[in-house]
Amino acid sequence: MDLMSAKMIGAGLAAIGTGAAAIGVGFVFGSFLQSALRNPAAADGQQGRLFLGFALAELLGLMAFTVALLILFVF
Amino acid sequence: MAASGKIDPMHQFTVEPLVPLHIGSYDISLTNSAAWMLAALAVVGFFMWGGMKRQVVPGRWQMAVEGLTGFIDNLVHVNIGPEGKKFAPFIFSLFTFILAANLLGMLPLAVVPGWHAFASTSHFSITGVLAIVSFSIVLIVGFWKHGFHFFSLFLPEGTPWYMAPLIVPIEIISFLVRPFSLALRLFVAMMAGHILMEVFGSFIVNGLNSGSVMGFGVGIVSFLFIVGVGALEILICALQAYVFALLTSLYLNDAVNLH
Repeated sequence: MDLMSAKMIGAGLAAIGTGAAAIGVGFVFGSFLQSALRNPAAADGQQGRLFLGFALAELLGLMAFTVALLILFVF
Repeated sequence: MAASGKIDPMHQFTVEPLVPLHIGSYDISLTNSAAWMLAALAVVGFFMWGGMKRQVVPGRWQMAVEGLTGFIDNLVHVNIGPEGKKFAPFIFSLFTFILAANLLGMLPLAVVPGWHAFASTSHFSITGVLAIVSFSIVLIVGFWKHGFHFFSLFLPEGTPWYMAPLIVPIEIISFLVRPFSLALRLFVAMMAGHILMEVFGSFIVNGLNSGSVMGFGVGIVSFLFIVGVGALEILICALQAYVFALLTSLYLNDAVNLH
């Protein structure tokens, strides 16, 4: 296997992480909706935490994306 | 992007000097990045100027400005508490600047040949400086208010003593990683969105230029997709600006209230 194809395969493998982050973000919003529909009155007060959880989960996906880009364009 | 087959998604992020300017060995040219940041500043300034009339019965514009300032005021009050009021201008500046820079980067200027919108927030150098500013303010406020007691941030109250050797390094690392993650999140989210739009935009151009039925189909599907992605990107622009402001206020809360 030459270096170029190894890079491409590596970038593809690194991109799996974005899918994992998608599960995480979906979990955050899903759990929020689940509890928000049970107690709609308290939902508005928790929006900050919702977006905090979203940001923290999304960061890891973005990291995976960054690694894929680094493999593709930098090395 | 030209009609050629090669897709070059990174081209849109090149920083080009518009007005070359050198002092000694330093290159301080006005680049397109700086020009778009100035444009963001001008948009924010114009928006605020139009709403600062202080009328008793506010018009539409003033209502928009008051809505935005009230939104940030509320965010700061909820996250930092009554002491946070003096940080509201800082959070507000961060939020509006990032929002304006993000949205300006989404402008469809590429319909004019030779032009393309430049998202200044899709560069680590810009978001990194913003993150360093907010991190330094957290440090300054923390040490100013609490002195060396600020280090108790690294050991949450009620931690069993035998957990301390584990908790303290984790807390220190998570504290030091903050500016990095803050900058990385904004920059990568913006860059990923622009790459996605560029790639699918190129699919449309290349698909239609290929002349085959298959290429036409790909072009149509890509066009429908890119409309949705464009709407999503505008949402992401606002969301990332909000997340940056939210996290900055949470970090300030740590510095002001020490857990």
